[in-house]
Amino acid sequence: MSDRVIHVEDLRREYQMGAERVLALRGLTLTIRRNEYVAIMGPSGSGKSTLMNLLGCLDTPTGGTYWLSGQEVSRLSDDALARVRNREIGFVFQTFNLLPRATALHNVELPLVYAGVASRERRRRAEEALTRVGLADRMRHRPNELSGGQRQRVAIARALVNRPSLLLADEPTGNLDSQTSEEIMRVFGELHRQGQTIIVVTHEPSIAEHAARTVVLRDGRLDSDTRTERAAA
Amino acid sequence: MGLFEAMRMAFGAIRAQKLKSFFSLIGVLIGVMFLIAVVSVIQGMNVFMEEKFANALVGHNTFKLRQRPDFVGGNVGDDVWLEWLRRPRISYDDADYVTARITVPVVAAKFCQDRMVLTYGTRQAKDISLIGTEDTYFQIKGYNLKQGRPFTPQEVRASQPVLVLGALVAEKLFEGQDPLGQEVRIAGLPYRVIGVVEPQGTLFGLSMDKFAIMPYNAPARRYICPINILDEVLYKAGNTSDLTMAMGQAEAAMRARRGLKPGQPNNFHLETSAAILDFWGRISRVLFMALPLLVGISLVVGGIVIMNIMLMAVTERTREIGIRKALGARRSDIMSQFMVESAALSTMGAALGIGAGLGLAFLVRALTPLPAAVATWSLVLGVVLGVIVGITAGSYPALRASKLDPIDALRAE
Repeated sequence: MSDRVIHVEDLRREYQMGAERVLALRGLTLTIRRNEYVAIMGPSGSGKSTLMNLLGCLDTPTGGTYWLSGQEVSRLSDDALARVRNREIGFVFQTFNLLPRATALHNVELPLVYAGVASRERRRRAEEALTRVGLADRMRHRPNELSGGQRQRVAIARALVNRPSLLLADEPTGNLDSQTSEEIMRVFGELHRQGQTIIVVTHEPSIAEHAARTVVLRDGRLDSDTRTERAAA
Repeated sequence: MGLFEAMRMAFGAIRAQKLKSFFSLIGVLIGVMFLIAVVSVIQGMNVFMEEKFANALVGHNTFKLRQRPDFVGGNVGDDVWLEWLRRPRISYDDADYVTARITVPVVAAKFCQDRMVLTYGTRQAKDISLIGTEDTYFQIKGYNLKQGRPFTPQEVRASQPVLVLGALVAEKLFEGQDPLGQEVRIAGLPYRVIGVVEPQGTLFGLSMDKFAIMPYNAPARRYICPINILDEVLYKAGNTSDLTMAMGQAEAAMRARRGLKPGQPNNFHLETSAAILDFWGRISRVLFMALPLLVGISLVVGGIVIMNIMLMAVTERTREIGIRKALGARRSDIMSQFMVESAALSTMGAALGIGAGLGLAFLVRALTPLPAAVATWSLVLGVVLGVIVGITAGSYPALRASKLDPIDALRAE
């Protein structure tokens, strides 16, 4: 029970688009345990973005329940969700989403700022996280002085700096060439070996192959949930 | 997130767009600049009026017995003027009568004055204020002599043609030559120069040294006042209570001498520096009433500009807000970030406004005869207004930013 990082039950999400009601998720039940490496796949419109927003606590479901690290988060207020995002979740986005004016170091420090960590400790942990993704020599650079792969590494460092229980990546290689993509996926693999729980939302099978488990959505429902022993090794 | 963090972010954002930031705070800058400059000039005028101007015209603890007011602030109707002109003038006997009836210690001096031409050989000094008075006048005015001596009571009693010159007159007629013992002519009448008064400086750019002083009954007296008639009698008391007492006694004595019945108005005038300060008080009150309006309009406009800039900033930085929210920023964190940014902008505007206002005030002082003195309260008020305008103008944009949905915000371009 205690090693369940994520447990969702009958998760539903509807949107009101004008007069029309869109059912993006129609009752999804899913459990993800500690140190799992899961790929979430599905064609566009399958509800994978909706699921990713819900799992990332950026949104709340219209039905069903969501436990994250043993805490029910499906009915929390905005500020409580912000706190959960800050403590429990590390985001990696397709478009990196770094603050353009801030240095790599400052970008990585940001989650710690909102966690209320003192500045010296913040600096130390941000430097440590950047070193972990191999950017020890790029800490003072701004995003526009870094390559795409380096930017994504900064984003990964930022996602890890608060030691979240879940690393949530949304098309992390969507803006990268194939060689850089491999590089980023190697970083993910390394983090997984170190014990990190990872969810990657993607539509590319080659990326999903790195994961130990692939969840496929279709029309807002679970279509398949398969484990591949190969990648875990 | 602490205030320090919010301030670091704010200054980062302001520094990133220096020019835009500057233009956005220019309204507040101008408002505070006006505040500081106008208050400084008014304050300077206050100090100046109290310490210099009023005393130069009337003198500290001094009053004048006159036919009619000398200093008239504002408009006076024709009928009032006519009444003033119809009043009997102050005679030598009036002066002696009143002076004899003042029991508190005062120094009195008869006084008459008009513009005259002074000649020394072929040299002329025109438009000189020729003053006919008594030896006590030097004491009342606090004149120190640079050279020579004032005239004595004996010389006044004997109507001696002796003359004490203002520094500028001495300079003009003698140009570095020793004026003492020289003969100066006024309307053809010979006078002997016995002293020169120390320079008195200027007032509103006008020299205070263009005068010559002689005994009031000396030969040229008929050119400045009719025989037996005075412009005024000056009384100087040692302190304010003596002054009040002396004024009461002088008024009673004059009313008795002129046979005024109770209820009849005075047909003479007692003038003090209070009248001048009163008049200045009225002007400065008007200025002080107009000032909040002027400053208020600038600050409202400045606030609106800042609010617009902040709304634009929220739109431009929607994505940044989304990122911050995804990373765990609460509503209050986003709120305080934008509020602090707005307040910082506005306070910087106020600070620059204080600088510009002080600069303007000192420029006014340097280029015009108007004085300037900085009022500390106006500096504090300027900063406080800056903070208030910033917080007020920033609250709506900050609220909008804080309410953004993180998903929509992350999707923004």
